[in-house]
Amino acid sequence: MDKFQNIKSIPAYLPIVNVDTDMIIPKQFLKTIKRTGLGVSLFFEMRYDKQTHKPIKDFVLNVDPYTSSKILIGENNFGCGSSREHAPWALLDFGIKVIIAPSFADIFYNNCFKNGILPIALPEEKIKELSKFSLEKKEIEVNLEEQKITKGDNQPIEFEVEPFRKECLINGYDDIALTLKKQTHIDSFIEKQKSKTPWHF
Amino acid sequence: MPQTLYDKIFESHLVHKQDDGTCLIYIDRHLVHEVTSPQAFEGLRMNNRKVFSPESTLAVADHNVPTTDRSKPIENIDSKLQYETLEKNCKDFGLNFFALNDIRQGIVHVIGPEQGFTQPGMTIVCGDSHTATHGAFGALAAGIGTSEVEHVLATQTLLQSKLKNMKIEVNGKLSTGVTAKDIILTVIGILGTAGGGGYALEFSGEVIKNLTMEERMTVCNMAIEAGSRVGIIEPDEKTFEFLKGKPMAPKGEQWDKAMEHWATLKSDPDAKYDKIITLKGEEIIPSVTWGTSPEDVLPINASIPSLDEIHDKDKKQAVIRSLEYMGLNPKDKLEDISIDKVFIGSCTNGRIEDLRAAASILKGNKVSKNVTGYVVPGSGLVKKQAEEEGLDKIFIDAGLEWREAGCSMCLGMNPDQLKPKERCASTSNRNFEGRQGMDGRTHLMSPAMAAAAAIQGKLTDVRKFL
Repeated sequence: MDKFQNIKSIPAYLPIVNVDTDMIIPKQFLKTIKRTGLGVSLFFEMRYDKQTHKPIKDFVLNVDPYTSSKILIGENNFGCGSSREHAPWALLDFGIKVIIAPSFADIFYNNCFKNGILPIALPEEKIKELSKFSLEKKEIEVNLEEQKITKGDNQPIEFEVEPFRKECLINGYDDIALTLKKQTHIDSFIEKQKSKTPWHF
Repeated sequence: MPQTLYDKIFESHLVHKQDDGTCLIYIDRHLVHEVTSPQAFEGLRMNNRKVFSPESTLAVADHNVPTTDRSKPIENIDSKLQYETLEKNCKDFGLNFFALNDIRQGIVHVIGPEQGFTQPGMTIVCGDSHTATHGAFGALAAGIGTSEVEHVLATQTLLQSKLKNMKIEVNGKLSTGVTAKDIILTVIGILGTAGGGGYALEFSGEVIKNLTMEERMTVCNMAIEAGSRVGIIEPDEKTFEFLKGKPMAPKGEQWDKAMEHWATLKSDPDAKYDKIITLKGEEIIPSVTWGTSPEDVLPINASIPSLDEIHDKDKKQAVIRSLEYMGLNPKDKLEDISIDKVFIGSCTNGRIEDLRAAASILKGNKVSKNVTGYVVPGSGLVKKQAEEEGLDKIFIDAGLEWREAGCSMCLGMNPDQLKPKERCASTSNRNFEGRQGMDGRTHLMSPAMAAAAAIQGKLTDVRKFL
């Protein structure tokens, strides 16, 4: 996984609650056996005309400068529904590195971190404040190290992130390699468990 | 300290706890399917890693397989490639795989319990958000993403933070015609689609105790539609009876030992819950969804809300959007809504009891002349059982198609899809925009309600048929 750097971008704002992962990447694109190439199909049904398949002009990610946004601002319960990791893959492939919303669905939130995307949960009034920067086409900057979002007004917004997840993002750690370092713990757990619940093994 | 069942299983699987509270937990069982696994196996290959515990893993193709004649090859090239990729990955990594022509093939969440792969007290994961289904057996079961699938394949563990506990107590008795699906739809209506986020949902109370295992699976299955990854029910005699003699369940002396352990899997009477919701069984009414979120649910005798009743600005916008998508208007009576399709199946309602419930309504009846539809058993074994009971004939005589096992029109990855603007009475779990096919319109309900809707050609109170 790439190391997470500071992200500076004009954010794109999608003012829809309960954006589900079927919306983010519909089923027909789940037939792939790769992680890449999904960006063009991101938000497919909202983004392209159903008959002509041409981009719908007023959908935010089809409008400059949001076509190159690295930050997406959403609404409550972003990423609900299916566990498909194709959703963060599609967002990442489009270029989205940060998603800011009042709340996220659990599985999607977790899947973001595994792919080097930073999901930030903020109170609704902060979302409203940040969405203005999107509408006014002004850049904001996300600094993970300092857990701050800076914008042109000298009033940075602080955000929370679990320390371990932060460390993994900043260093681009491979979770599996980290866990394999705990092999002795796993082995001794299995030994113990084999006597407690032998039918599990 | 008194603990909930969720707490107990979580803690008994704790391998290591970091200083920051991140927990590494051991995973007893891993179900793998064709859609969320190829990239995980690719990751293993790229890093030259093996599967840590092949015998703890069971793989099957369900999401993307045709439900038509199994003797023919898969027509869609991408679907075929995805199927063959799973088959090859299982061969290369030495995993137990139920092939498409194996009678044991079916939806992951149907075959796990059916084979006795799912057992009380276990941690069970799958790259599918409906994994909570297995919680019906008193297991800690959760849906995961593909990166986590890879992590479990490589290490048989998962990094997890502990969830909070929510108790959902359903007391009293259900009225005639009210099913497990109506219970969970009602709960989702109360909690909302995000209300369970960060919680493990424990279902309890007299009504839950009185449910069969199949019904309990329906309840736990849709925990995710209330925002929760985990639904759980204390195991009891019914649980043990269900598992006894299943191919992968413990046998002989091991069975006795397991039973002894399983009997201890209960929340302590004074366990603390972060939230408690209490419902009266008598107050639950057969329910249907009317919008594009599972929380848009109402009793069948109700009407779609008026916009004046909705005060939250976000919710009002969402309702306007979903009614436009659904081709409906505020204040429309639910029982006036005509349907074109019926879908009976899925990991929510594709088990033998679901098919029996639908068949009992359809028996001797024909579906309305404007309605077509599929009945898709949850597994090859469910199909066989249904055919032995003559249920297939009831469905076919009523005018529905009797298909092979798979996820089918629940998510429409295979050719089983709604056409634009087609309206479906569906026993599945999601009514999202485009879920069952582009511009398709889904109303979620129980198998009995779907059968009644098929006969009447519109959403109907099944109690009129009883």
